[in-house]
Amino acid sequence: MTASTFEQVRSVASDIFGIPADRITAESSPETIENWDSMQHLNLVLAVEEKFGVQLDPEDIEKMKNIGAVAELVEKLQSATR
Amino acid sequence: MSDSPSNPTPDSTTAARSPTNLRAEVDRLIGEGALAVAGRRLAELWRRDPASGTASFVTARIDALRDHVLRDQLTLPKFKLAILRSFTVEPIVPLLRAEAFAYGIDLEVHVGDFNCYVQEMLDQQSSLYRFAPNAVVLAIRTDQAAPELWRDFADLAPEAVQQAAARVVRGYEQWISAFRRNSQAALIVHSLERPSSPGLGVLDDQTEAGQSGVVREINRELQHIAARFHGVYTLDYDALVARHGSEHWHDERKWLTTRLPIAAAYLLPMAREWMRFVAPLSGRAAKVLAVDLDNTLWGGVIGEDGMSGIKVGPEYPGAAYQALQRTLLDLSRRGILLAISSKNNLDDAMEALEKHPGMLVRAQHFAALRINWTDKAQNLREIAEELNVGIDALAFLDDNPFEREQVRASLPEVTVIDLPKNPLEYASAVRNCAAFERLTLSAEDRQRTEMYAAQKQRAGAEQNFQSKEDFFRYLEQEAELEPVSELTLARVAQLTQKTNQFNLTTRRYTEPEIAELAAKPDWHIFSIRVRDRFGDHGLVGVAIAHDEGEQCEVDTFLLSCRVIGRTVETALLAHLAESAGQRGRKRLVGWFLPTKKNAPARDFYLQHGFERQEANGAGSLWVLDLNSSTLRPPDWIKLRVTTEAGPGGKN
Repeated sequence: MTASTFEQVRSVASDIFGIPADRITAESSPETIENWDSMQHLNLVLAVEEKFGVQLDPEDIEKMKNIGAVAELVEKLQSATR
Repeated sequence: MSDSPSNPTPDSTTAARSPTNLRAEVDRLIGEGALAVAGRRLAELWRRDPASGTASFVTARIDALRDHVLRDQLTLPKFKLAILRSFTVEPIVPLLRAEAFAYGIDLEVHVGDFNCYVQEMLDQQSSLYRFAPNAVVLAIRTDQAAPELWRDFADLAPEAVQQAAARVVRGYEQWISAFRRNSQAALIVHSLERPSSPGLGVLDDQTEAGQSGVVREINRELQHIAARFHGVYTLDYDALVARHGSEHWHDERKWLTTRLPIAAAYLLPMAREWMRFVAPLSGRAAKVLAVDLDNTLWGGVIGEDGMSGIKVGPEYPGAAYQALQRTLLDLSRRGILLAISSKNNLDDAMEALEKHPGMLVRAQHFAALRINWTDKAQNLREIAEELNVGIDALAFLDDNPFEREQVRASLPEVTVIDLPKNPLEYASAVRNCAAFERLTLSAEDRQRTEMYAAQKQRAGAEQNFQSKEDFFRYLEQEAELEPVSELTLARVAQLTQKTNQFNLTTRRYTEPEIAELAAKPDWHIFSIRVRDRFGDHGLVGVAIAHDEGEQCEVDTFLLSCRVIGRTVETALLAHLAESAGQRGRKRLVGWFLPTKKNAPARDFYLQHGFERQEANGAGSLWVLDLNSSTLRPPDWIKLRVTTEAGPGGKN
């Protein structure tokens, strides 16, 4: 996971969840972020797809357990399309 | 769709404001209570980075701005939109609210329960009606509206297909008429999407009764139903999907897992399509588009490149500018007036506008011209004044980001269109601006365009006559003079408030004030209505006079700039003199009170035989002896006079 992908995912998450980026870590998850509910999860998926130009499978979406996992998934999908 | 910084920012002020910096700046400004500036930066952030994440940020800040007690700093018009739906729309809502905010609308959105649109429209007590929306979107997918036609089409006999279609149409009809009984809100009905892969393949299109044809038939019926109800409109969802490409628009995985049928990248186009209805419904409609010339209406700089150097014509690259010009002509057919605000030498610009063979719009298509070296904000203010519209009714088109920034900063009410770098995208940038959308074309809209066209014809005709008098006779002017009445009260008051140029005293009156003066026996208020061979000008002049002893004093005398210099003013003044004489007055007197703008009226009394009686710091007082006066209405104006004697009238 590169720093820049993580930074970009973190800034998207900051917008979606309405909390400052510096309070979000790779371990931030629905357990630590209060309003990370199923609707916000969908919003996060859509924002990530839009920003990185990727499409996530239902199986991928289930694997998005924390912010670090989202960034890793993005990188995996980006390298697969290259 | 991504927010990668691929667009190099043009000037240093905006370059300093990256989306990240803008976010920080907005929060700082809200913290400091500078809400108006915060609002502007927030709109700028949205324009530069219109993505889902940004939408969440923007809507959270709109709510923060709204919660602030300092309401008057941010007085956005509110609009309430309800969305009734058969699919997940929640992720589109922040995009729509951010988009509305950039148009200066504080949009509140209520989303109906999933697939509960029928109950919500039929039940008077439903959450839909409790929300009291200004407008409602009815977004139903074909698979929900007509499941048998969508899924089981191959199984259906032709009669069954027709019955199913009729059932769908009847359903809509019942819901819509129930809605109309329960609410006065506007209703925007999504038409149905046609199947992209009909079960019969290419055979489906060989008959009108195919799967695709039946959906098309239902859509036609929906249009008919919408036309029967006031304030019901259809949104051509099928065309919207086609415009973006069905295979890109849909995301089958999201549909199956979350009931969201639209791919992430197309949520914004969906929001923008709704915005094309919200903008005109909420009154956020631009009435005038002011355009720049160099590198906007044509390629190149006329002052440097000359007539042969500028690019406009049917071939690339001039074709891009012709496409934009065609779009401008389309707008004028919607009743939107065109104007020019450009920094050029007037002669250079006029030569291109009148003589360049590639031009599709010509000087006569523009209702107002400001071709000079003054700053654009000032020119826009003048255009608004000349055309009698508010600043918020202006839109501005300019290739230069610096000019756009200057206009945004000094006139935030103006709709500023961000032109992309590539001229081939100019036309669609204008077409996509929701402020130019109209849901109806009123008689006034049509008349306005005609009125200005007639004005241009008059100006053209004037040049062909040897003498002014010939021209006046040719015009065949008719004027109706009558005392102010209930029917004309509002227009008379409006003219006293708006007229600046041909206005001898510039006294402003409200409707109640005019009514009060009209009720006094020694006050006389006349209006004049003018028509000529080119068209009707409407009510364009007002005179207010009051008798005092042996004299009658002109309190107010004004004429809309549309008819100045066509001797209507002489007819109106002659009527004042004549009626004062009939009431036994010996003199007609009047002040000329100069302002910055009323120079055209300065010599009016002098030209009509008045003598200057006195002058002071405020102005000059003029007098006309009614016994020796030769003031008469010009014989080329057919004058009809209604006297004051009437129900409730005076002597």
